Amino acid sequence: MARFVSLAAGAVLLFAGGAAFAQSAKLTDPQIAHIAYTAGVVDIAAANQALKKTSNPQVKAFAEDMVRDHTSVNDKALALCKELGVTPEDNDTSKSIAKQGEEERAKLESLSGAAFDKAYAENEVKYHHMVNTALENTLIPNASNPKLKSLLETGLKIFKGHEEHAKTLAASLK
Amino acid sequence: MTCRDAMFAALACGSIAAFASVADAAIVRVTISNIAYAPAKIAAHVGDTVEWDNKDFVVHTATARNGAWDVNLPAGKSGRVLLKKAGKIGYYCRFHPNMKGEIDVSAK
Repeated sequence: MARFVSLAAGAVLLFAGGAAFAQSAKLTDPQIAHIAYTAGVVDIAAANQALKKTSNPQVKAFAEDMVRDHTSVNDKALALCKELGVTPEDNDTSKSIAKQGEEERAKLESLSGAAFDKAYAENEVKYHHMVNTALENTLIPNASNPKLKSLLETGLKIFKGHEEHAKTLAASLK
Repeated sequence: MTCRDAMFAALACGSIAAFASVADAAIVRVTISNIAYAPAKIAAHVGDTVEWDNKDFVVHTATARNGAWDVNLPAGKSGRVLLKKAGKIGYYCRFHPNMKGEIDVSAK
């Protein structure tokens, strides 16, 4: 029960401000890899939407950074999974992240110009904060394989950089 | 000491001094690994070159806060900057602003 509560707390942190989910068992490495990969895919999709919609050079540069970095991390994750013989496994958390990402993109699609830029930047702050919290409190502590853990730790540092960058961008758009 | 010896000594000293000034222009190396500059703080002299070696799998930059330089550092590549002015200069990575470094540049 105590374990369930702590995992549920992790789940709440994972989706602070978003859809709730309940992970009833300890996350496995194939699930963790899938969650981290999906989180990257969602941010790349958001960036691609921004690249289509924005005309602000700063927002465009930020979105390009997101596509480049998240693609690099995801490529590294896939290569590591291959090396370890791990097949990423879809799970409720991944599904929830993907769904929330779609919903956010649908919301942003209706905006344009400065309103879009501001909403995109603010969501990037929120999204990176959510993913970083999940990495720190749930995904990294639950990862068993040291190489996977190490890649997630490097990812966390990269994404903390994105969070800071997104905050500066969002503040400049006000 | 004969006149000739004195001349030789002076020439030798002169050439050593010239050699020393070239040798003084050092390359100070900073490694980027695991989303951090190491060492984060370095000391150098005007005329020295700082070389960043990016061992990460993502692109970084070394961007001077005062706008003096902005070095792009692709994954697995290195980049350099020649230090032209004395003073402390802070720098960071434009893509990951949580990466911070400082160079204390002293006059020659």
